[in-house]
Amino acid sequence: MSEGSLKPVTVPRELAIAMLRDMVRIRRFEERCADLYGQQKIRGFLHLYIGEEAVAAGAINALAPEDAIVATYREHGHALTRGVSANAVMAEMYGKREGCSRGRGGSMHVFDAATRLYGGNAIVGGGLPLAVGLALADKMQGRQRVTAVFFGEGAVAEGAFHESMNLAALWKLPVAFFCENNLYAMGTALARSESQTDLCVKAAAFKVPTLKVDGMDVVAVHEGAKQAVEYVRRGDGPFFVEFQTYRYRAHSMFDPDLYRDKAEVEAWKKRGPIHNLTNRLKAEGRLTEDDFLAIDAAATHEVEAAVAFAEAGTWEPVEDLARDVHTEPAR
Amino acid sequence: MKMTYREAVRQGLRDALATDPRVFLMGEDVGKYGGTYAVSKGFLEEFGPERIRDTPLSELAFVGTGIGAALGGMRPIVEVMTVNFSLLALDQIVNTAALYRHMSGGQFSVPLVVRMATGAGRQLAAQHSHSLENWYAHVPGIKVIAPATIDDARGMLKPALADPDPVVIFEHALLYNFEGELSEPWRDVDIASAKVLRPGRDVTLVAYAGTVWKALEAARQLAAEGVEAEVVDLRVLRPLDDATIMASVRRTRRAVVVDEGWRTGSLAAEVMARIMEQAFYDLDAPVARVCSEEVPIPYAKHLEDAALPQPPKIVAAVKQLLGKT
Repeated sequence: MSEGSLKPVTVPRELAIAMLRDMVRIRRFEERCADLYGQQKIRGFLHLYIGEEAVAAGAINALAPEDAIVATYREHGHALTRGVSANAVMAEMYGKREGCSRGRGGSMHVFDAATRLYGGNAIVGGGLPLAVGLALADKMQGRQRVTAVFFGEGAVAEGAFHESMNLAALWKLPVAFFCENNLYAMGTALARSESQTDLCVKAAAFKVPTLKVDGMDVVAVHEGAKQAVEYVRRGDGPFFVEFQTYRYRAHSMFDPDLYRDKAEVEAWKKRGPIHNLTNRLKAEGRLTEDDFLAIDAAATHEVEAAVAFAEAGTWEPVEDLARDVHTEPAR
Repeated sequence: MKMTYREAVRQGLRDALATDPRVFLMGEDVGKYGGTYAVSKGFLEEFGPERIRDTPLSELAFVGTGIGAALGGMRPIVEVMTVNFSLLALDQIVNTAALYRHMSGGQFSVPLVVRMATGAGRQLAAQHSHSLENWYAHVPGIKVIAPATIDDARGMLKPALADPDPVVIFEHALLYNFEGELSEPWRDVDIASAKVLRPGRDVTLVAYAGTVWKALEAARQLAAEGVEAEVVDLRVLRPLDDATIMASVRRTRRAVVVDEGWRTGSLAAEVMARIMEQAFYDLDAPVARVCSEEVPIPYAKHLEDAALPQPPKIVAAVKQLLGKT
């Protein structure tokens, strides 16, 4: 493709750079997580978002600070983009007390009340009804807030998806349904699990407006998400966006990745969200290689600082094992 | 004042709706139909469709919506028609509501109340008659309560709504038409303690929900034969009030646990284990239990009766403990 045919970056430079920065932060953070997993510093399940960064970076930058986010077990990118500190997320991965969930949640359960991040849900589809409820509370209390719920295409097979879409549409609730279609539910391809593979058609069955977006293009993601969020905030009901994306890494660190062709992975990598944006910005003269290197260096620095923070973190005393099973009475 | 259990539940709900604008009721047929058990009849007209919300038949979604609404600052009361149907929402109650505070490191509490009918006795057959309270009572992070008396039917909702964490309320379906006296003057009730409903010196009958009344009936029959049974109403199934149970067992030195759940893995088994752990040397006889037979609850009246704990079975169990066969 010649530079002349690159799609223009139709957002202000400041926003484009902010989204680029978020994508690079996620990429560097997760590459480091993979290393740390190999060193057994991080244990349990670790689901990497690498390849899908444009979705979180584009969509979350379309939300207002008062909006809520409900995410999945592949949510590090959402947390970092939302402004949860890399320190708190990394310390959580280490299982340290300084982690955002005090070491109770790990990689799959990143929560942050300050930025209204309602997890980190490791039951596929489990966050959808919760998002409907947050939106109901906003509507009943007359607030103009939006709840954005992220879920994979695998969740579309769950009853929770259909029940939640119906309820949100029926009651005209302010939910932005953001489907991250990375084509594989763990190892099962969409076409092997769904009779109808056009996810927007499913959403349209509930009379919900839909949009299909190139999830490898952060600008397209942002514009699609913005359209959805603006619609939802007007109070006309929910909106469904399918972001077509791809994860480069295996489902989790345990996954031998035997169910897809290497050629397919390589083909998607050519569409990588980070160089997709950098190439376009460079072609438009809005980004230099030095600019990019500075962003990259800052991300690496942030991640290394987070690793140091997590290393220096402390273990929750075992005496506090049962803390927060119930809300403790106010003292 | 004399009233039905239904009226007592209804008054509790009305009170909550009238005094706290954050409270709303949501579930299948709670509005236009008036509630499956006519508990919320007239509420739709009184409180409006925003606060009395008829839902589609989507137990998973509307219970989960209750969780989200609770997180969003409301005080939802979610009604699930029966415990059997609640299995469709089990994921949201167990995997989300119960775990949310702990797995978020204490950042979020879920002040959700879920009400559901439980139990057999109305010939509704296998899929509407089971007692699965102990499935919920197994799970840390939720409280499980089972009002058996008019006072508790009237009063337990208020502390349940005031609780910052999820509370599951079981209302035995057979009790809705049950009549009794509401205490005067009224005193608020707690959701922490078990209660001795009838004092006695010879044996402790531990029961909850529908079996409380069967245990009281058994106690009356036993009294006629000179055996004084103490009846403890558990009221709260999680966390269990060990102190009240053990104090009673230490007095009577014998215990029979009456539970409408199936025997295997029952709540009765848990109560028995605790008595063994905490009061073994105070016992004069092995702890016994009367539970439902290990069959799906059948439709035909005589079979249904035979499947459930009944006063004669309780009396027989007590006599066996006392060596009076």
